[in-house]
Amino acid sequence: MPRVYVSTVLPAPVAEVWRLIRDFNALPAWTPFVRDSRIEGGMRPDQVGCIRNFTLRDGGVIRERLLALSDYDMACSYAILESPMAVTDYIATLGLTPITEGNQTFAFWQADFDCPPDREAGLVAQIGQGVFQAAFTALKQRFR
Amino acid sequence: MVRVHASTVIEAPIAQVWAILREFNGHDRWHPAIATSRIEDGPADTVGAVRRFRLQDGAELREQLLGLSDRTHEFRYCLLASPLPLMGYVARVRLRPVTDGDATLWEWSSEFHPPAGRQAELAALVRDGIYRAGFAAIRAVLARGDAGPGPALAVVRPPTPAVAQGLQRTQAIVVDAYGGPEVLQWREVDLPPPAPGQVQIRHTAIGVNFIDVYCRTGFFPLLTPPGTPGMEAAGVIEAVGEGVTGLSVGDRVAYACPPVGAYAVRRNMDPGLMVHLRDDIPDQMAAASLLKGVSASFLLHDVARVGPGQVVLVHAGAGGIGQILVQWARALGARVIATTGGPDKRRLVQGLGADQVIDYLAQDFAPQVLALTDGRGADVVFDSAGSATFAGSLAALAIRGHLVSFGQAAGPVGAVDVDRLAAKSVTLSRPNYAHYTDTPDRLAPQVERFFAAVRAGSIRLSPPRLYPLARAADAHRDLEARRTTGSLVLVV
Repeated sequence: MPRVYVSTVLPAPVAEVWRLIRDFNALPAWTPFVRDSRIEGGMRPDQVGCIRNFTLRDGGVIRERLLALSDYDMACSYAILESPMAVTDYIATLGLTPITEGNQTFAFWQADFDCPPDREAGLVAQIGQGVFQAAFTALKQRFR
Repeated sequence: MVRVHASTVIEAPIAQVWAILREFNGHDRWHPAIATSRIEDGPADTVGAVRRFRLQDGAELREQLLGLSDRTHEFRYCLLASPLPLMGYVARVRLRPVTDGDATLWEWSSEFHPPAGRQAELAALVRDGIYRAGFAAIRAVLARGDAGPGPALAVVRPPTPAVAQGLQRTQAIVVDAYGGPEVLQWREVDLPPPAPGQVQIRHTAIGVNFIDVYCRTGFFPLLTPPGTPGMEAAGVIEAVGEGVTGLSVGDRVAYACPPVGAYAVRRNMDPGLMVHLRDDIPDQMAAASLLKGVSASFLLHDVARVGPGQVVLVHAGAGGIGQILVQWARALGARVIATTGGPDKRRLVQGLGADQVIDYLAQDFAPQVLALTDGRGADVVFDSAGSATFAGSLAALAIRGHLVSFGQAAGPVGAVDVDRLAAKSVTLSRPNYAHYTDTPDRLAPQVERFFAAVRAGSIRLSPPRLYPLARAADAHRDLEARRTTGSLVLVV
């Protein structure tokens, strides 16, 4: 099962970063590739089980279910229900850790999934660089 | 229950940091608090192993390894015996990779049950005396670049504080009498332990500045022979005198301030004007740029207030401070005209973003400045050349222009006819570095502003030209002969 792991250092206090990313419906606010997003069925965006339904700038639609959200660990996990990518059993975790020296934030984003073997390298690069790292780079700019 | 959590980012790949930390019995080779350590029986990385170790102050402790994973880069341990009441102390060391930059997140955390009323004191001791001191020590080990795993690590054992050893010797450049570069002599000198209020620093990189030439020749009365020149360096704190706060053994620091004495392997000094170096500023960069960067900071922001729309003339644009002034003034929105000598330096200064570059070897700069500004002249002139350029700089000024004379590389300016300044309502400044940087409160904002501009990419620092410390005389010869561009650094 392929795993993607990307991490970075964000120049902002952890509480400030967590406030932004704990909102499961806020991808358009902090990632460069999501055009709009809504939570299905009128659930709250921090309610485990809620589904975000969002449209990418390239037109693709993705639905993801929130599996876990911890304000103590400052992490959330979610699964892909539908996407244009050829992945199955996709579960990702996005989490933060305070860096006490300098009052900054360590952020990691990790995904495990299955896919056809010939697509693995492409998907690992697309998810790792095109999605996770691109979002982190945008976050870094935001807090600079 | 008290929970202590400290974390930092180490600018090294995780494998390199883990190789040092995973060895349960290796902490005496890098942690400044620990004098000796041994495993009671069995290999050091077996769960259940007990390390028995002695602190620098003689106290003895025992700790047991509870778990270790090379896959997740973490280990846990508990305290079995300690002179402090850290009851039920269980700690975890955990590393995670920062993929965006090949660095390592290092977390060190613990839980314990202190006696009532001692929570804050013991938590601070664990956090600062153990965890944060450990962070600084590993950083220093890695900055020295000699930290391989295994036995090679033994050579980086932090020296026991000099206080315990009495008088030491170190090597330094000594000036016995004012004169040319040849008076810079390399020899061994006494080094007492740091006095109360002082720290001992081991230099790794030492900045060479024109002010060092003035010290050597006696133009500035900052060095009394026999004495050691140098006012800028970076290195690692090796010993701390009585009553010093805010600095610990293993801290990476830099300074750019009197008293002279930086051209030495080790020295003692007052730490008041030392700055902590963050991981993203290498020693050689700090030694090459701190004095020049801080100078540029107050010249551009406090002596003059350079901003959008102004025309700024920078003399010696290819020099150490000139390169910073050109880039920074541009970033502040000014139109920058720079002077420099020769086609190579001209290309370099153009590459820094100067709007116009005047080759003073090929043409007179003052008429050129007027021609380039439709006869108006420059609002601010930064002149470090002194006698050779002073008259021309006045001629190149605009009405109500500001001439900032901050050096005399070509000779002292001498007497100035103040009445002549009225012809253009000229403001003349002759700033003295010390008056802008002689207290931590004055210095800190300048340092912060400079490093922020470096981080933001407003200032790109070219790699310094390196000389062995013992050959400081060569560096002075090259500097005085104007053979150099950018900064000169002596390495130890």
